[in-house]
Amino acid sequence: MSAAVERELELPDLTAELACAWTRPRGLRGWLGDVDHKAIGRRYIATAFGFFLLGGVLALIMRLQLAAPNRELVGPDRYDQIFTTHGSTMMFLFAVPVMQGFGVYLVPLMLGTRNVAFPRLNAYGYWVYLIGGVFLWVGLLTDTGPDAGWFAYVPLAGPEYGTGKRMDVWAQMITFTELSALAVAVNLIVTTLKHRAPGMALHRMPMFVWATLVTSVMVVFAMPAVMLSSGQLASDRLIATHFFNAAEGGDPLLWQHLFWYFAHPEVYIIFLPALGFVSSILAPFARTQLVGYTALVLATVATAFIGFGVWVHHMFATGLPQLGQSFFTAASLLIVIPTGVQMFLWIATVWRGRVRLATPMLYVVAFFVTFLIGGLTGVMIASVPLDLQVHDTFFIVAHLHYVLIGGAVFPLLGAVYYWFPKLTGRMLDERAGKLSCALVFAGFHLTFFPMHQLGLDGMPRRVYTYDEATGWGPLNLVATVGAVVLGLGVALTLVNAVVAWRRGAIAGPDPWRADGLEWTTSSPPPAYNFRDLPTVCDRYPAWTSPPDQPVVYGVRADRPELLVTTLVDAAPDHRTELANVTLAPLGAALATGVTFIGSIFTPWAVPIGGALIVIALVVWFWPRPPYREERLEAAP
Amino acid sequence: MTAPRVSVLDPAGPQAATIVGLWDVFLWISIAVFVLVVACFAVATIRAVREQRRDGDGDPLATDPASDRRMIRGVAAAGIVTVGTLLALLVASIRSGRALAALEDDAGALHVRVTGRQWWWQIEYEHDDPGQSATTANELHVPVGRTVHLELTSADVIHSFWVPSIHGKKDLIPGRINRTWIRIDEPGEYAGQCAEFCGLEHARMAIAIHADPPDVFAAWLAHQREPAASPRDAEAARGLAVFTGSPCVLCHAIAGTTAGGRLGPDLTHAASRGTLAAGALPNTIGNLAGWILDPQSVKPGAHMPATSLAPADLHALLAYLEGLR
Repeated sequence: MSAAVERELELPDLTAELACAWTRPRGLRGWLGDVDHKAIGRRYIATAFGFFLLGGVLALIMRLQLAAPNRELVGPDRYDQIFTTHGSTMMFLFAVPVMQGFGVYLVPLMLGTRNVAFPRLNAYGYWVYLIGGVFLWVGLLTDTGPDAGWFAYVPLAGPEYGTGKRMDVWAQMITFTELSALAVAVNLIVTTLKHRAPGMALHRMPMFVWATLVTSVMVVFAMPAVMLSSGQLASDRLIATHFFNAAEGGDPLLWQHLFWYFAHPEVYIIFLPALGFVSSILAPFARTQLVGYTALVLATVATAFIGFGVWVHHMFATGLPQLGQSFFTAASLLIVIPTGVQMFLWIATVWRGRVRLATPMLYVVAFFVTFLIGGLTGVMIASVPLDLQVHDTFFIVAHLHYVLIGGAVFPLLGAVYYWFPKLTGRMLDERAGKLSCALVFAGFHLTFFPMHQLGLDGMPRRVYTYDEATGWGPLNLVATVGAVVLGLGVALTLVNAVVAWRRGAIAGPDPWRADGLEWTTSSPPPAYNFRDLPTVCDRYPAWTSPPDQPVVYGVRADRPELLVTTLVDAAPDHRTELANVTLAPLGAALATGVTFIGSIFTPWAVPIGGALIVIALVVWFWPRPPYREERLEAAP
Repeated sequence: MTAPRVSVLDPAGPQAATIVGLWDVFLWISIAVFVLVVACFAVATIRAVREQRRDGDGDPLATDPASDRRMIRGVAAAGIVTVGTLLALLVASIRSGRALAALEDDAGALHVRVTGRQWWWQIEYEHDDPGQSATTANELHVPVGRTVHLELTSADVIHSFWVPSIHGKKDLIPGRINRTWIRIDEPGEYAGQCAEFCGLEHARMAIAIHADPPDVFAAWLAHQREPAASPRDAEAARGLAVFTGSPCVLCHAIAGTTAGGRLGPDLTHAASRGTLAAGALPNTIGNLAGWILDPQSVKPGAHMPATSLAPADLHALLAYLEGLR
């Protein structure tokens, strides 16, 4: 197939056909059945930020409870539900989905294609995630919120001590969100490997796409471990299996191994896309190419590999053999090397460039300083003797928030300021942005830095109160004040977003004069993303693109069709047709929801829900009716 | 009485002291790394911002191979320094781990079994003659200067034994026995609390270690091995009858009486302990009365049920329990 032709051929303007083929119909059916990656991506991002705000409210309640000794704002029962739901929400309903949501939205645009490889699977993943998230929060609001921690250690979370339906809600919420994460991961892997613009060989992919690809592969390897363990927990609780029951030959430590084998890579699943944000923001704001692109890619891949070999550092206090522990200390220190190299390369990039301190770049600066501290405390707790002292104390609370907020949320907020114009067509206000960055940064450190000292002073995690005699009161009060400042900073960005969405300055296609393909189309992009599918000849297509850059010709404009390119070199290979608006994914997601939620009440939900899912899948895979011209051709 | 010591940075024995030594190494290296990296980043940023303000945006595609080579060399050098630093830290960490294990070889260690329970600690000093073993709760008494071998397990969910001034944590896991070795070199009281989330009253599961000179400890242990004191007077004798005639006996044991429950703390020498309900309250007669009548107001979720007693019965019971020194 001849894909690329010279532009001088005067291509016909196919905008009308493209719009007809890709735009969803108006009305509720169009909205519910939308399979456009931009719509699904926006929904992921918006829903995830909704859960972020809810989780933040829980955090503030906890900080108010702990602001002074012996406060009685909430009792232990409520507090346990709150901290469990806070952790579960932030990890499963915010951090992973928001990163994947940005991937779903941005990757096809960065690759120069028109949708993801499996649009219906994409929609299905979103609906499953939404059902799982709402399910968890309905649980909390009906006093059925999980209460054994986001890590759900057995036997506390098991049938004997985790009574009621609370931990069943948790276990099935996990199954929902992991299913959704797997759906997105598979989608992004195939999209990245098979739908790149012609010429975008692997060594020309944007760093964010690399980060998303590597993260998605991690999801594929990590999520099955937790789906397995949450399934085992659910069956221990529902049908009296004994996977984790020591009295019947099961093992509580099995849970910890399986959970952390997933949950430590989870940290990198959250954190690697954030590093992709940092690289994406650095190039345009330092106005230079990234120093050491190949090293950055290799560092990302290395982090993913080593990330699977460090889970036992969450279990140093469980009494595992010492030699094994030393191995995991070494692995945990090893992971510092790729991350360190990335930070050095970013310093070099800044050094080479000319920096504009716009809000996205300010968040990168905030990230750099904060994440460095989190990384250094990470080095400390890789050491077995030090970890034995600070494990499960507020020192760890500090460390994990330095890594997850400093390392992931700061770059994420930078990404929001950076890509908001692309998503909405309007600019966020710079002054409000800078002020919010300052508030978030100051509030964050005020909240979490004192927690290092609290941990050293003997304050364990997950306590709903403490006595005055402990002396932990003053630093806790400081932390609470900091949390309020942090909350104000986040609220300011929220207000900024709402105002800008309605009244912000019009952005135009490329307000930052940035380098990626996503900036070569209008803001927000049309349903079909690019009128002319681009080709690429280097890593910074929007900077280098010569006026006579070839475009792809020969992909149908009157049907939703994608170009498939080869895996390594992205040479044009063939075309593939995509599904358009369909309610089948929503139906399948609802059937999945009935199965999972029903199964915490009766095992019968599994066969009945299974049958419903089969019906939904039959509808899903029913061959589409032939197009009119096909029918005409087939007619005698 | 001075306040009990509770800080990772205030060690009272070789284990915690070893860890503080390692902590200092890690802390100062971390501070040095932080200052160095942030300084490089700050210099690079300030320089790049100034250039941008002075000359405006440059051509993002412009390259300077010589300067790029210098930068790559710089990054490589920083990477090598990182690897070297990490190796040094790894060696320091493993050496400290070895030092922590040194106490394991002490044949003369005192053997104590600690069982975690929601939400208190059962502490047993075993003896070859089972009649001579002593059981107490929430207060671990040890002799100064002698290695103590703690055998840790749990009767319900996972707990974690942690007294920061003495040593790092070790989990108490149902179905498993974990071991840790401690030694305390300075007499005094050391506070700690459960460090693994274990349910509703995880926050109120304190443990105290009393380190005493060997002779004081020996006297204490000899006393703990004795059965409970007989009631001092008629009121206390009636209190014993109240105790054995009420639901108390279903969970609590008092050696030398018919009370043999095993679910709650052994009360043989309950009055000799400093606190009630694992550190929730000072052990005073008034607090004890409140705790018996309405445990949920003190420690919501505690497994001890409320016991309603006539005032006269309560006073008799308190008179008896007060005598259990």
